[in-house]
Amino acid sequence: MRAYLAHVELPNPILAAAGCAGTGRELSAFADVTRFGALTTRSITMAPRAGRPTPRMAETPSGMLNAVGLQGPGVEAFLARELPWLAERGARTVVSIGGGSVAEYTALARRLADAPGVTAVEINLSCPNVDDRGRVFARDGGAAAEVVASVRAAMRYDVPVVAKLAPDVADVVAIARACVDGGADALAMINTPIGMSIDVDAMRPALAAGTGGLSGPAIRPLAVRCVWQVHAALPGVPLIGMGGVTSGRDALELVLAGACAVAVGTTLFHDPYACPRILRELEELLHERGFDRLADAVGLAHRPAHRNDLEESPL
Amino acid sequence: MAGTPVQVTGTVLTTRRVDAYHALTVVAPGIADRFRPGHFVTVAVGGPQTSMLTRRAFAVHDVKSDYGGTVEFVFAVRGPGTAWLADRKARDALDMVGPLGRPFPLPRDPATCLLVGGEYGSAPLFALADALHQRNCRVDFVLGAASSDRVFGALRARRIGETTTLTTQDGSLGMRGSVVDVLPAVIADTRADVVYACGPMPMLRGVTAVCVEFDIPVQVSVEEAMACGIGICMTCVVPVIGDDGATRMVRVCTEGPVFRGERVRFDDVGTIPFDALGAPGGDRGR
Ligand SMILES: Cc1cc2nc3c(=O)[nH]c(=O)nc-3n(C[C@H](O)[C@H](O)[C@H](O)COP(=O)(O)OP(=O)(O)OC[C@H]3O[C@@H](n4cnc5c(N)ncnc54)[C@H](O)[C@@H]3O)c2cc1C
Ligand SMILES: Cc1cc2nc3c(=O)[nH]c(=O)nc-3n(C[C@H](O)[C@H](O)[C@H](O)COP(=O)(O)O)c2cc1C
Ligand code: FES
Repeated sequence: MRAYLAHVELPNPILAAAGCAGTGRELSAFADVTRFGALTTRSITMAPRAGRPTPRMAETPSGMLNAVGLQGPGVEAFLARELPWLAERGARTVVSIGGGSVAEYTALARRLADAPGVTAVEINLSCPNVDDRGRVFARDGGAAAEVVASVRAAMRYDVPVVAKLAPDVADVVAIARACVDGGADALAMINTPIGMSIDVDAMRPALAAGTGGLSGPAIRPLAVRCVWQVHAALPGVPLIGMGGVTSGRDALELVLAGACAVAVGTTLFHDPYACPRILRELEELLHERGFDRLADAVGLAHRPAHRNDLEESPL
Repeated sequence: MAGTPVQVTGTVLTTRRVDAYHALTVVAPGIADRFRPGHFVTVAVGGPQTSMLTRRAFAVHDVKSDYGGTVEFVFAVRGPGTAWLADRKARDALDMVGPLGRPFPLPRDPATCLLVGGEYGSAPLFALADALHQRNCRVDFVLGAASSDRVFGALRARRIGETTTLTTQDGSLGMRGSVVDVLPAVIADTRADVVYACGPMPMLRGVTAVCVEFDIPVQVSVEEAMACGIGICMTCVVPVIGDDGATRMVRVCTEGPVFRGERVRFDDVGTIPFDALGAPGGDRGR
């Protein structure tokens, strides 16, 4: 079942979400990552990053909090050791980038511009802007648009630039519109909203960092709402939906809300075979409902409700 | 690193209580075949509609070839996940992934090996002892816990170990104190060539310090909160010194759980040491 990410064709619409698929090598012990619609890398930064102290995770009802802090080896090591492994196998790779300033995102885009095997670039906007006292880009339409515009300008024209949005903002549609105006070819949503959990025995925050990103089925309604609102406002913009997808049914929910591709994150921790399973389930559900093409189901829940049940009733 | 881990929907064969602990034996063919001492498994808890999302990690205690391959693990009830596991009955299904992690490296030549276990940390040491015996190694045990009902495997250790020293904090079994207190004397008596240790972090730190003093190699199996167990989430890191002398935040689930003790920066666990590769200059991202 083909899918499109802007003008780029993917063999199927099920992706692995940023930061949830390792380098690809680890998952390949379980599932063939070259058959994923695409694999999104963790957010790559210019310099190596050690991340946050542990504990970095805490389970919450139907979800988990994480504060990994973008641990990674930096862009040079990524280009030397991680991207080639994926590219040689023919995997489609969406490279997620994270930075603390417009300049850092731009430098990352330049570094990626002529690297072989970059299917798309995803801008993780949930990073604090060091030039704005740590306010995350995703909360500020102007700053987000600036990042998008300068990454778009630095990347090759045929590589789509995807802006990844956070749900815990006053007006997600306004941020989405700013990113599209800045040149985003597609939008990904949702990144993890910030949550917190306190260990009542230790009487301290469960995470060393205090707060962390909430993921898993607990946030699925937030994801559906964001995709719904953005698709309603910007129906022509391709959306990658994510947030708590565990099954083909969950993926279909996001598709009906307006997503043309769906990424799987936290579920991979529980079920490393999740991507091919969810794809199979989604295909079956679409087939049962008489759809030949994914595109016919995208955003379908937005169609006007017909309140003609009474007329059709035999009574 | 493990060979290739697999996911198996196993069937609980037997359940047993061992003092303060529970033990589950699960028919899990693919995992038993690939097992080496020191490997762990992750188990899905709570049933299909559960709100508990993350798998729980347990060291493999034993594997047997019966029924195509069984895996046994030993656990203490800590929170809702282990409480659910404690309610499992024979014939229940259990979703497991394994074997995972880097197992205990074995000495090439026969050596005198001292196996040190704290609390349920003794569980993986018996399969290790069997493997060491097959290599004609001498095996001695030091096992300890807070109280006698929490010392796991004392009888078995006495049966298969050349010597066995037991310690409890409350003095209800063996010597009063911790395994670290008795370690110098045991190392001297047994003339241990190498130490293997598994247990709580403070114990592993103490054991490592003693081994460094005696200048003998020590392999420790460490524990850190894990969300995936397979190397994809980056939540389970500890600061470890590499061959190049640089400290990195490395994943316990894939680069460990077994490390050379002197390479683990125990005093800095739960922090990012300032000299770790990529340690923060600025504090960004999440
Ligand atoms: C490599 C390894 C081997 C282990 N072997 C054993 C064993 O043989 N016997 C045994 O009793 N326990 C073992 N543990 C610890 C065991 O995983 C935890 O006791 C268990 O996850 C607690 O689950 P819970 O729901 O009962 O408790 P909760 O505290 O409610 O757990 C909540 C969450 O925190 C995570 N978590 C909390 N503490 C730990 C921890 N120390 N390690 C890993 N995850 C944690 C859980 O996975 C879960 O996501 C091992 C842990 C690791 C990492
Ligand atoms: C452990 C972990 C690490 C993550 N790392 C990143 C990251 O590096 N960049 C990013 O854009 N999103 C990251 N995310 C967010 C996910 O890509 C995804 O947007 C979010 O988790 C919601 O999807 P899910 O509920 O399916 O996990 C991470 C999520 C988790 C749980
Ligand atoms: S537990 Fe996920 S990387 Fe180790």
